[in-house]
Amino acid sequence: MTIEATSGIEHHASRLNDPAKLKTRYASEARFRAYGIIALGIALAFLAGLFFSIISNGWSAFLQSEYRLDIYLDPAEIDPEGKRDVTRFGLADYTKMARAALSKAIDLPEKQDRAMKRDLKELLSRAVDVQIRDTVVADPSLIGKTVPIWLLAAGDVDSLLKGAIDRNVPEERRQLNNRQLQWVDKLAADSVLQKRFNSGLFTFGASSQPESSGLAVALIGSFFMMLTVALLAVPIGVAAAAYLEEFAPKSFWTDVIEVNINNLAAVPSIVFGLLGLAVFINFAGLPRSASIVGGLVLTLMTLPTIIIATRAAIRAVPPSIREAALGVGASKIQTLFHHTLPLAFPGIMTGTIVGLVQALGETAPLLMIGMVAFVVDIPTTATEPATALPVQIYMWATSAERGFVERTAGATIVLLGFLFVMNAAAVYLRRKFERKW
Amino acid sequence: MEHQIVQDASIAEVPVAGPTITARDVNVFYGEKQALFDVSVDINRNSVTSFIGPSGCGKSTFLRCINRMNDTIPICRVTGDIRLDGENIYDTDLDVVELRARVGMVFQKPNPFPKSIYENVAYGPRIHGLTRSKKELDELVESCLEKAGLLKEVHDRLDEPGTGLSGGQQQRLCIARAIATRPEVILMDEPCSALDPIATAKVEELMDELKANYTIIIVTHSMQQAARVSQRTAFFHLGKLVEVGDTRQIFTNPRNKRTQDYITGRFG
Amino acid sequence: MPIHTVKSYEDELALLDKKIAQMGGLAEHNLAQAFDALQRRDPRQAEMVVVADQAIDLLERDIEEQVIEMIARRQPLANDLRHVMAALKITSDLERIGDLAKNIAKRAGAIAEVSHPKPVISGLGRMVELALKQLKSVLDAYADHDAERAIEVWRDDQQIDAMYNSLFRELLTYMMEDPRNIGLSTHLLFGAKNLERVGDHTTNIAETVHYLVRGEPITDDRPKGDDTSLTLVTKHE
Repeated sequence: MTIEATSGIEHHASRLNDPAKLKTRYASEARFRAYGIIALGIALAFLAGLFFSIISNGWSAFLQSEYRLDIYLDPAEIDPEGKRDVTRFGLADYTKMARAALSKAIDLPEKQDRAMKRDLKELLSRAVDVQIRDTVVADPSLIGKTVPIWLLAAGDVDSLLKGAIDRNVPEERRQLNNRQLQWVDKLAADSVLQKRFNSGLFTFGASSQPESSGLAVALIGSFFMMLTVALLAVPIGVAAAAYLEEFAPKSFWTDVIEVNINNLAAVPSIVFGLLGLAVFINFAGLPRSASIVGGLVLTLMTLPTIIIATRAAIRAVPPSIREAALGVGASKIQTLFHHTLPLAFPGIMTGTIVGLVQALGETAPLLMIGMVAFVVDIPTTATEPATALPVQIYMWATSAERGFVERTAGATIVLLGFLFVMNAAAVYLRRKFERKW
Repeated sequence: MEHQIVQDASIAEVPVAGPTITARDVNVFYGEKQALFDVSVDINRNSVTSFIGPSGCGKSTFLRCINRMNDTIPICRVTGDIRLDGENIYDTDLDVVELRARVGMVFQKPNPFPKSIYENVAYGPRIHGLTRSKKELDELVESCLEKAGLLKEVHDRLDEPGTGLSGGQQQRLCIARAIATRPEVILMDEPCSALDPIATAKVEELMDELKANYTIIIVTHSMQQAARVSQRTAFFHLGKLVEVGDTRQIFTNPRNKRTQDYITGRFG
Repeated sequence: MPIHTVKSYEDELALLDKKIAQMGGLAEHNLAQAFDALQRRDPRQAEMVVVADQAIDLLERDIEEQVIEMIARRQPLANDLRHVMAALKITSDLERIGDLAKNIAKRAGAIAEVSHPKPVISGLGRMVELALKQLKSVLDAYADHDAERAIEVWRDDQQIDAMYNSLFRELLTYMMEDPRNIGLSTHLLFGAKNLERVGDHTTNIAETVHYLVRGEPITDDRPKGDDTSLTLVTKHE
């Protein structure tokens, strides 16, 4: 059909080759693309800066300076009565034994004055006492023998080895005096003093000394809380979402519920903390600082996220599948459990993990329910006092010692690691179970 | 083909005379809006009946009344009387799950479950407990695939996902799935609208074979398809059943002017 | 009747009707011309009729092709289906009518040298008149989709048959009177028979028009007027 034949319709032919117009359009497209790249670049730069700062500050937290000392476990000191009574072991002065071993390692004369003793003692962590005692308690047969034990160096020694203490600072303003520096150098040269992997970071509880404080309590607390959230929020959230999507009649009340669930997801987390304090601790009488309470609070906080994600996942299941199931005579429940939920599973998993990640990183509500305690003993049940990873970070971040600064960053790396692993798991699950329609 | 059909004992029990489905004064409401007005029609046994009409004329709505798929829409209300072999399907005592096993359905878009081919067919018999042993189920699945003309194409990959088949094969799989619950009636809601002509021809050939044992009702937008596959044709317009009659008569000499205008493409 | 959503479909149907009308007009014209040639014993005019029949044949082929194309492309249904099928049937009836006119023209050429018996010619003239009237009537019935008129045409065919009967007897007597008249009389008898056949084709068209309009065949019983096939004439002693 020719253009003449369809008179009345204006064709664009004459304008197809307008170079000026084309140029303007290409330019604006290029500009827009450039804005996007710049924005992305800025975001990536910030992210890179963040990671660099955290990792450069924190990687050293995974190393800890320790002395490998041959300790003579003096029976006269540890077990004078020879009864091998474990309760008696705690009364011995292990620090003295460690100091003796250290002085031997440095080749100091037997006779030492008070200042020298103090200098020596300052090189050792206060936790060596506990370290040696634990060794003896674990194996009382070692008493009377000389055994090699890795003992923690003092925080200042650790900092010196990690280069955080400036040797050029005048002696009186330096944490370690010249004599101590000499000793440390000698010990390091003799390989008695070494930087080793800091397993204590994961096995120690709270401590006032950076070198003997770790994340164990926080990890266990976070684990219990995640367990509580997973066991409570997932079934409740999925059931609520399934009911709302598949069964609830469309009415004023379901609309109200829907709006409220969406609003709950946006409620500041500290409010959930207040709620937990009022309901679980003050009303229900659950113990303060316990991870069960933290878990319950985080469950409340995570529920809207899981419900919203699950509803979206259920809604994404094509209605044709539901019709197919109903069409062959499946009941509504059968349709839900045989078809809709399995197909929504990847979406539900993703939502759940996102919810858990959110809960894992949450601090504010936990502060409200007293999980910001100084907990030395590693909890074994969810009702014992515990802390959580982000709370631990917060607590360390408020301490001034160089060792704590380093541990703050280290703990952040651990937390980020967990978040990364969980997100990766979410992505993996989604990829694995996702179906193409 | 023939021997397969004879094997199925449940089919032989069905009495042969009289219409399978009788509908009287069926009205359907979606909330305040009435979608169907006083539809009364008999559906003949062992034949293909086609429902034609412009979009929104109520033909699909009526089709979905026959296996009560409309129940899944909360605001939908059905009045009147639809009987399957003399039994009122809207009786409060009637188990809708059982009804849907007796009245199978094939949908517009092929919608196999994202499971294996075998599972797709086995699902219905399994939830209704139609077979006693694994062997019996295997046989049922095979015979259904055979009847749906699909066995030859898929016999060596029954454990592969049904969604991996071509569109036409998927639709025949859906037909196999529908006949696996041993229904008397098969409802087809525009079963070929998503298929190419060759797949369409295969489905039409299948309908021709299946009508020996099943009562088939098909909703279609293709006049030619209705003319090809059905023995009787019903024309719906604006929620009313305008005309129903022998397909030959409807397509050569419709009695109602609206029917004629619709099938000759004169609709305003 | 509302028009088709697809306009070109409507145009094609109209074109088909136009061609049928044109073909019918040609057939009428040729038949009249053929008789005119016979009456005036004009071999040149008879020749022209024979040539003019080619136009009818061409039109028939044209209509056939159009119908096949429409069936292939439009897949007509209901009244449209009956419409194109009617056109196909009518066109072949009209073509036969054209052939019969041509045959009359040929006979007119063959007997142009011989003088014709007046009463027979005037009888033939009335027959032609009636046949033409019927043909025109049925073509109008087709154009107007008028089933009543078609039935009328269908009924009136017995008049042509009756005329043919009387002509048949008249020519028989004529031949019996003088065997030298047999050659001429046979030609005239075939001419009459041709006109009777034209009437039959016209009736066919009437039936087709009725089916086109009503969707069913004419069910009335029609008195058959042509009983010549049952007649045997023997010379009475």
